Amino acid sequence: MERASASLWRKIRSRYNLVGNECQNCNTPYFPQRVVCRKCGRNSKMVEKQFSGNGEIYSFTTVRVPPDTFKDEAPYFIGVIRLEEGPMVEGHVIDNGIAPKIGTKVRMQFRKMYVDGQEGLIYYSFKFEPL
Amino acid sequence: MAGIVGYGAYVPIYRIKVEDIAKVWSEDAESIKKGLNIREKSVPGRDEDAATIAVEAARRAIQHADLEGTDMGAVYVGSESHPYAVKPTATVVAQAIEAGSRLMAADLEFACKAGTAGIQMVMGLVDSKMIKYGMAIGSDTSQGRPGDALEYTASAGGAAFILGGEKKDMIANITHTVSYTSDTPDFWRREGASFPSHGGRFTGEPGYFRHITGATKLLFEQTGFKPSDFDYAVFHQPNGKFPINVAAQLGFEMRQIEPGLMTPIIGNTYSGASMIGLASTLDVARPGQRIMVTSFGSGAGSDSFAIEVTENIDAKRDRIEPVREMVSKHKTYVDYSVYLKNRGSITKT
Repeated sequence: MERASASLWRKIRSRYNLVGNECQNCNTPYFPQRVVCRKCGRNSKMVEKQFSGNGEIYSFTTVRVPPDTFKDEAPYFIGVIRLEEGPMVEGHVIDNGIAPKIGTKVRMQFRKMYVDGQEGLIYYSFKFEPL
Repeated sequence: MAGIVGYGAYVPIYRIKVEDIAKVWSEDAESIKKGLNIREKSVPGRDEDAATIAVEAARRAIQHADLEGTDMGAVYVGSESHPYAVKPTATVVAQAIEAGSRLMAADLEFACKAGTAGIQMVMGLVDSKMIKYGMAIGSDTSQGRPGDALEYTASAGGAAFILGGEKKDMIANITHTVSYTSDTPDFWRREGASFPSHGGRFTGEPGYFRHITGATKLLFEQTGFKPSDFDYAVFHQPNGKFPINVAAQLGFEMRQIEPGLMTPIIGNTYSGASMIGLASTLDVARPGQRIMVTSFGSGAGSDSFAIEVTENIDAKRDRIEPVREMVSKHKTYVDYSVYLKNRGSITKT
């Protein structure tokens, strides 16, 4: 086992459900969450916001030389997704037979991200499925 | 009694054809296809397991019911491939649907009928007014030993049903349910074993057929119903042949089971099998029609349900993709080596 369970636990809501936040002062959404709004500074009014998981591919790449964590996944796609609510999110793009392209519509799916050896935790997270 | 308020199903997009498995073991694909009445089966992605499948089905059910995760008073997940031996799948699902912490949750195991056992448990909680809504899920990434007959059928998929007690919410009333249970060693998997073992032909008559007919006849006895009183019937489907045979034995016609017969195109999704069949049947059922469902779990037991569809079903129909459409539209074929990789049987060194 390599990883501490606390770090997984802290990120569960953002990882499972794309829970970020939004400044109620200027309506700017953020993912991941920010403590202070970039635009409003000390006037920030940050509230939690769950994003729909729908968006489109802003950019992507194919990873052929992966870190050990994903050695059995390679080659795989990593994309920068522009969510329909605005924020850009980096995430795995699922290989569902639809070749990802810039502008391809995607939706969030719930997947395994990483399995910590034979005895450690299973890390679940969002990934994006091309439509 | 409690009724169905919403449902959702999920089947992974990957498929492997019988021919691709038969080629590896030098077996006759045509005779297997004919013998088992199966053409192809679903294969989980490398990053999918019973929990991810349960979550996808649960999210569709929430969307279909037009409820929030926090409306759920209970979440029960039935599976024989829970990702952890100790740490519940149900808590992962509850978190992923944002159900909050004020709910009951547990994992269930009763081979292929743990999901329908969950439906009965939620019915009890709803009928006793302990909860307003509850969710029962059957989800599996079932295992078949390489070269075993099970390898042609053991697949992946799941379905979630939300149950409630208020008539205005229900798309279908569950008017009666019974179970038929005995200690029958037809199929098992010991703690730590990677693959299940089974009694070969013994899984048929003393296992599947005895329990399915036992539960269904008990339902008829207690309700006075007969096969012709039902518009549709769904039976557990370990292959495409058994449900057709048991339907004929009980006096049902092929047209009654066709909408819910999914195994020929997705394989045996174990805990998901009868529930995906029910979801597919509800996709086409009209108000006033009756559906009979009998699940089967090795070990062994069957749960049987008499269900009557309400007029509310049409208003919710377009909220989610119908099961058959999802299964036929979203699929990509893999060969045997990718299948092994997806199942985790081969890894990079």
